[in-house]
Amino acid sequence: MPNGTAISKGTIRVLQLYPREMNIYGDWGNVLVLKQRLTWHGYTPEILEHNAGDPFPDDIDLIIGGGGQDSGQLVIQEDLQALAPTLRALAEDGFPMLLICGLYQLFGNFFRTHDGGVIPGIGVLDLETRGGEKRLIGNVVATSTEFGDIHGYENHSGQTFLGPGLAPLATVTKGEGNNAGDQHEGARYRNIVASYLHGSLLPKNPAIADFLIRTAVERKYGSFEPGVIDDSLAEAARRHAGARPR
Amino acid sequence: MNPLSVLVGKAVRRASKLRGGGSALPGLVVERLDPGFMGRALTGLKHGVVVVSGTNGKTTTTKMVVELLEGQGLKVFTNRTGSNFTRGVAAALLGEVDWRGRLDADIAVLELDEAHAVHFVRLVPPRYSLLLNVLRDQLDRFGEIDATTRLLETIAAATTGAVILNREDPRVAGIAASIPTADVVYFGLDASLRSTFPNDDELRGAAGIAPASALRADVVLDQVDGNSAVFLLSGSTADPTADAAAGAAFESVHVDLRLRGVYNIFNAAAALATARAVLGAAVAKDALIASLAAVEPAFGRGESLVVDGRALELVLVKNPSGFRLGLKSFDPSGCATMIAINDNYADGRDMSWLWDVDFDSLGLDGVDVVSGVRAYDMALRLKYDDVPVRAVEPDLPAALKEFISGNADLPKRIFCTYTAMLAVRRDLSKITKVEVVS
Ligand SMILES: [Zn+2]
Repeated sequence: MPNGTAISKGTIRVLQLYPREMNIYGDWGNVLVLKQRLTWHGYTPEILEHNAGDPFPDDIDLIIGGGGQDSGQLVIQEDLQALAPTLRALAEDGFPMLLICGLYQLFGNFFRTHDGGVIPGIGVLDLETRGGEKRLIGNVVATSTEFGDIHGYENHSGQTFLGPGLAPLATVTKGEGNNAGDQHEGARYRNIVASYLHGSLLPKNPAIADFLIRTAVERKYGSFEPGVIDDSLAEAARRHAGARPR
Repeated sequence: MNPLSVLVGKAVRRASKLRGGGSALPGLVVERLDPGFMGRALTGLKHGVVVVSGTNGKTTTTKMVVELLEGQGLKVFTNRTGSNFTRGVAAALLGEVDWRGRLDADIAVLELDEAHAVHFVRLVPPRYSLLLNVLRDQLDRFGEIDATTRLLETIAAATTGAVILNREDPRVAGIAASIPTADVVYFGLDASLRSTFPNDDELRGAAGIAPASALRADVVLDQVDGNSAVFLLSGSTADPTADAAAGAAFESVHVDLRLRGVYNIFNAAAALATARAVLGAAVAKDALIASLAAVEPAFGRGESLVVDGRALELVLVKNPSGFRLGLKSFDPSGCATMIAINDNYADGRDMSWLWDVDFDSLGLDGVDVVSGVRAYDMALRLKYDDVPVRAVEPDLPAALKEFISGNADLPKRIFCTYTAMLAVRRDLSKITKVEVVS
């Protein structure tokens, strides 16, 4: 494994959105995987946090956001709305982002709760979410042409429906994904990967982690020179996960 | 009175014991035949019913409360390990009641899983409830921890005497606001120990630890050093409510415990506060402390076995905070470590929780064997914390054999999820003496 003794190929700054409120079911695992894989690829990772009320840093290379309790989503609401123009501009510019569960929902147009209330989203992704009676919970396998099979675990009551121009991240082969109706899981827009899947998502899906890293590095340095990473444990973990009941 | 249902229930209980079956069936039978059975058996006890609930530490804390009260001369009914469901309580009662369905006890102390406790308190309102913590665990069953908090609120609302709350868990302490009639008693930690027991919002180091609470606690864990602890007991009259009102001083007591692990020692503060709430001014303090010192760990909670002349310790881990505390409580140096992670229904199917635990403390000595259905998820987790792993073997018996023969000269420790622990104990019982729990 390459380590600190090698000369760094450059620094990549990863911003975690709202780690205080939006950080549940192993969301930290996604940050850790980006941090370690950047190191293993020969780059120097820097992890930054943005919490409600903080000034938004302008020299970042990758954004990652997780899920939270319903109460946490209310706390960040005002701050997120204030950031909306910045985040929309970054998204349109091809900035790499990973959005899981709660922040996936809030990057959409709105969340209609089950008592009829509407929580506005920031409209980066053309999708809407409706509060459901029943929680969708369990192991998920979904397949995508870009990343192959994606393995994860879903646990959400909001059901998400994509607008006509927005592609899903993957097609579910086990579990529910975005909603109990169609076979869509997550959303894929420019360099944004959005998904309901915890597990955590990135450890067992290194292809997604490396896509985010490659995009961030290419935007900053022009080209990406990957290191050699042994992903045999991830492969074995994927095989076992795929064989488990829902 | 329905003697017939009691007799039938007892017969089913005997039969299912003979078959080596589970403990729930007789409970189910008596529930169907006689839905009022449990309520009748448990009303009229001199000191009522204590319900112990929360995410972590129910089994050990219940055992402590039982032994503290027995040390005060009370006859205590409890549901032994593995039956923290309403039906399990009914089954345990069948073993104890006379033919008329009457229970010969002064008090019942019952460990109940949060969701089953809600069902139970509708049938039998408890006089006391002890609510330990709300942590991420089995979210695939309860959805969100805020929903779990609402379950505990329901238990508190049904309680008639006193509700004993963990002052340091903001979700639990917040329940006080919704308690209509019962007294509220807190147990807590000295500010210097707060960072040792992060609550669910503090699991990520960066979030920081909340400032110390201003609420007055009846029992405070003041210092911990290995197995010794210093507790501060409020006042001298042992009437927590009156003491708190009077602003009475604390008395400091030192105890050397047999229990291992800091989490058990914090639970001891919870048990002390509960025993004091039950007995009030009648509590005999020296006997209380002596009982506490004598409590042995419950099954699988830092349980020590001997294999080939060497100590083998089983540490049950089932959620991030429990795993963190387990790692913090037991020094890995000079000890061989195995981790066994299953994802059966009783363990929780979601593996996300492994990513909310830091394994850095195992980095120096590494892990010898990783096993269980999700061995590769665990090994992958360790890889990302740069913890060396010597072998990954999903098959538990094979892994255990390798672990024991490969580390003949060392004391051993196995961190395991619930069903992995049952499997490990079953396997170990073939080579050493392991207490059998039905
Ligand atoms: Zn989620």
